[in-house]
Amino acid sequence: MFVINCPYCGERDQQEFKAGGEAHIERPKQPTELSDDEWAEYLFMRKNIKGVQYERWNHAHGCRKWFNMVRDTSNDEIKAIYKMGEKPPSI
Amino acid sequence: MSENLRIKSSQYIDETTRISFKFNGTTYYGFKGDTLASALLANNVHLVGRSFKYHRPRGIMTSGSEEPNAIVQINPNTNRTEPNVRATEVEIYEGMEASSQNCWPSVNFDIGGINNFLSPLLPAGFYYKTFMWPARFWGKYEYFIRHSAGLGKSPMLKDPDIYDHRNIHCDVLVVGAGISGILAAKNAAKNNYKTLLLDEKNELGGSTIYENNESNKIDNKNSSEWLKKEIEELKNIKNLEIKTRTSVAAYHQYNYLLARENLTDHLEKKDKTNKIRQRLLKIRAKKVILATGALERPMVFNNNDRPGIMLSSAIKKYSDFYGVACGRKIVFFTNNDSAYENALSLNDKGIKVEAIVDIRKQSKTNLEKRVIDAGVKIYWEHTVVDTSGYKRLNNVSIMKLSNDGTSVTGNKISISCDCLGVAGGWTPAVHLCTQSGSKLAFDEDKKIFIPNKNNSDQISVGSCCGDFKLDEILKNLNEKLKDFLDITKTDFENITFNNDQEISKRNIWLLPSDKALGKTRPFVDYQNDATAKDIKLALREGFRSIEHVKRYTTIGMGTDQGKLGNMHALGIIADTAGVKIGELGTTTFRPPYTPLTFGTIVGRNVGKFFDIFRRTPMNDWHVEQKAEFENVGQWKRAWYYPINGETMHQAVQRESKAARESSGILDASTLGKIDIQGSDASEFLNRVYTNAWSKLGIGKCRYGLMLNEDGMVYDDGVTTRLGENHYLMTTTTGGAANVLGKLEDYLQTEWPELDVYLTSVTDQFATASLCGPNSKKILKKIIPDLDLSDENFPHMSFKEAKVENIVCRIMRISFTGEQSFEINVQASYGKDLWEKCIEAGKEFNITPYGTETMHLLRAEKGFIIVGQDTDGTMTPIDLQMDWIVSKKKYDFIGKRSLYRSDTIREDRKQLVGLLTDDPKVVLEEGAQIVSELNKNPVEMLGHVTSSYFSPNLNKSIALAVVRGGKDMIGKKLFIPMEDKTINVTVSNPVFFDQTNERLNA
Repeated sequence: MFVINCPYCGERDQQEFKAGGEAHIERPKQPTELSDDEWAEYLFMRKNIKGVQYERWNHAHGCRKWFNMVRDTSNDEIKAIYKMGEKPPSI
Repeated sequence: MSENLRIKSSQYIDETTRISFKFNGTTYYGFKGDTLASALLANNVHLVGRSFKYHRPRGIMTSGSEEPNAIVQINPNTNRTEPNVRATEVEIYEGMEASSQNCWPSVNFDIGGINNFLSPLLPAGFYYKTFMWPARFWGKYEYFIRHSAGLGKSPMLKDPDIYDHRNIHCDVLVVGAGISGILAAKNAAKNNYKTLLLDEKNELGGSTIYENNESNKIDNKNSSEWLKKEIEELKNIKNLEIKTRTSVAAYHQYNYLLARENLTDHLEKKDKTNKIRQRLLKIRAKKVILATGALERPMVFNNNDRPGIMLSSAIKKYSDFYGVACGRKIVFFTNNDSAYENALSLNDKGIKVEAIVDIRKQSKTNLEKRVIDAGVKIYWEHTVVDTSGYKRLNNVSIMKLSNDGTSVTGNKISISCDCLGVAGGWTPAVHLCTQSGSKLAFDEDKKIFIPNKNNSDQISVGSCCGDFKLDEILKNLNEKLKDFLDITKTDFENITFNNDQEISKRNIWLLPSDKALGKTRPFVDYQNDATAKDIKLALREGFRSIEHVKRYTTIGMGTDQGKLGNMHALGIIADTAGVKIGELGTTTFRPPYTPLTFGTIVGRNVGKFFDIFRRTPMNDWHVEQKAEFENVGQWKRAWYYPINGETMHQAVQRESKAARESSGILDASTLGKIDIQGSDASEFLNRVYTNAWSKLGIGKCRYGLMLNEDGMVYDDGVTTRLGENHYLMTTTTGGAANVLGKLEDYLQTEWPELDVYLTSVTDQFATASLCGPNSKKILKKIIPDLDLSDENFPHMSFKEAKVENIVCRIMRISFTGEQSFEINVQASYGKDLWEKCIEAGKEFNITPYGTETMHLLRAEKGFIIVGQDTDGTMTPIDLQMDWIVSKKKYDFIGKRSLYRSDTIREDRKQLVGLLTDDPKVVLEEGAQIVSELNKNPVEMLGHVTSSYFSPNLNKSIALAVVRGGKDMIGKKLFIPMEDKTINVTVSNPVFFDQTNERLNA
């Protein structure tokens, strides 16, 4: 069970949080202009990396804020946490 | 049988408090401080159980949690019974009863013992190989296998005890209170770290505390005397919490550890009541110091499992700590020097040591001379080749080892004895270290796994990291603590030591016998009865991975998880396969380190606290009316209100008729309610619902359908515009939390530019839904001032009003097809409002109805329930709800997916109505639908999603999803059931009042 440093609340136990999948997948601004394949790429395709992964987390049982996390999935080391909209750090 | 082998008064045993206890029906006596094992040994009882597979007689082997054999049932047939308890851990108390496991009718005469003679027929994998054919017989085999297997008996009565959980946050957690752990904890606490020290035993001090070796001195004091002084000093240290009888069960990531604190297991029955029995400590530590010590290894030789064969260190602990002699004629069998010290210690106490059998050629210390002076014969380069004595060891046979240690030569020498102390060296207890994710390395020289790369916030100290000599332990501890705790000095760095103990060792994983391996019984895993032969068989049969060999032979899979035998298994595999142990790796150590009770795991979450649930403010009224309840998400909702012994069907039929003929009332408080405010609130709703919201007038309500981005229906509900920039959204009962989460997600991540704020107000309001042709008259009685005319208060609109002086929000919306009013008040007034409605409705036969009637009424109208008629694969088009999907809006969640190639298929499953040819037959929800009967296999067209007998139409109605169903209206289909086939006709899903006349009647 991780200790997650919520950028708004500070260190909290993992059980207060919800994982939200891969980060930095922006919803297309003009979905109607996309082909089926392009839309499917946005809709379904997600990475599942062994190693450093950028992912979304939500402090669901806390401040309800979404934020981003860089996590090494091979050892669960949290390498960075940053707010939505902030530039991802290069790890 | 009962003899007194108590040798001297021990400072850890209170000989003034005699305790009587029963083992297998016989009464014995021990003293306060005894474990069951020490008390039994004091009575010369070695035989305590039978082995798992061959039912061989087994005795007490160890003095700690690694015990594989002495596994007993405590207080059998009572409500406090507990199986698989290690006799070496459990402390005796007045009136305790214990019995052996895995034997019938008794441990002395066990029918299963016949397996011992059948053992050539029971090799590794015997069950897998034998009971596979024929497959259909497995059910019969299983019955017998289950009855002959198994260790203890599960408790059958309700557990009378209380269990607890506690969260602990500390700076430094020290696991293990031996000399390393005590010094580590002391120095951490003294340097202002909030420190927690845990030990599984009832006394601090580990093995050093009863050490009386004259050659081990610290500051010119005997090491045990020195340590006692240190322990005394712990009392005065702030920041230090010490817990004994507390075993760390698991070490998870981020220094999250679970420990079981035992509070009453050692107390007499009368002192156990109304106290917490065990507490699960959930510890989050900034730093962890593992000082878990080392476990002595047995050795693998022929017939190494007889009662009376014990670990050398256990014999020492029983004599030096508990004051109990494990036998009258003791032989030691060793590969290192530790047995010599033990022999000397026993000799000092007047216990006869017959001989030491040493597989080494010589020792480099001066112990040898002292042992010989004491009259003990040493057999260098000899090994035990066999032992005898069925229920108690009476003889060992030894022979000279060849140079390479793989065979024996010369004559067999027979030594009569009643106890054999086996000293095979030490295995660091690295279980917790590896659970945490730290890596191990194999030290080829010492033949041990030691922590290699610890996580940054953790260290291992003392013998659990491979330091076995006292001076080595203390010097390394000093350096490690300074670094880990970031301190300049420790309080013990200037002590002086004296120890001449040298660790020289000759390691042979499988010792030879004069008999061929196939004729011998060299046990590796005592608890699961796996021998070296089984390992070799597994290798011959092609198993290579250590994990596979483990599962095939079951080595390491008992309740002791192979604490004693795993290293030998690895060694034998490595030797046989010709590889290095380091290359084999080790099996995974999994939590818990020692078994936990279910009580500890669940803590206080039992009975009504097992699962949390929510109740509406009107709940007490429903209970008074003897409503039946249904779980909806976490909510307890009134399901139906039976009167005069009605069945569910009768009650629902009555409620449904009343709601349409006069009036009904439903507790709708559980619907999710989200308050939406902000200048972009309308735009936000436009983006999350499929229909348009900008033009909704203030004070008007609108039904909305919410999709997932994949175009599938996610949730639905009515949203009311309370003001220019203010909406109140309702969601399904079960979907409320997820909807709020999803909306927040879009707001925060995709549309941060929108000025919108969301607040859950589900719990803030209680909702009574009045429905039926007389609902308006009832509402008029409660709120006389409000103009309820259709002109002033039309369907799909909202009014704020007052019931007496309580503000309420009233929505004229309908989920039943009848004229309805949903009255929302502050939750604390919910029950008052409800009772007022009931009182006012008496003259109109107001009928409270539950969720079942609500479902029936809406099914008559063809209204969907998200999650019942949809399952995450239905688009609005599939539901024939095209009308609610805006063609004009540029975008909304899920819009693009509504014209993907898959969602525009004509043959998707679509929502339709079904009418049975026989109007009395009610379909089963979930029943499959086909169009042909004489085809095999036949295509499943879909299934029934909702089905009821409608009292208002006096016929059976159903909703179903059917492939291409939209174009099938009037078509005959079939529903094959187990005993009959039901003929149905596809219909429009709206069965009742298709023109919605009743809404304004």
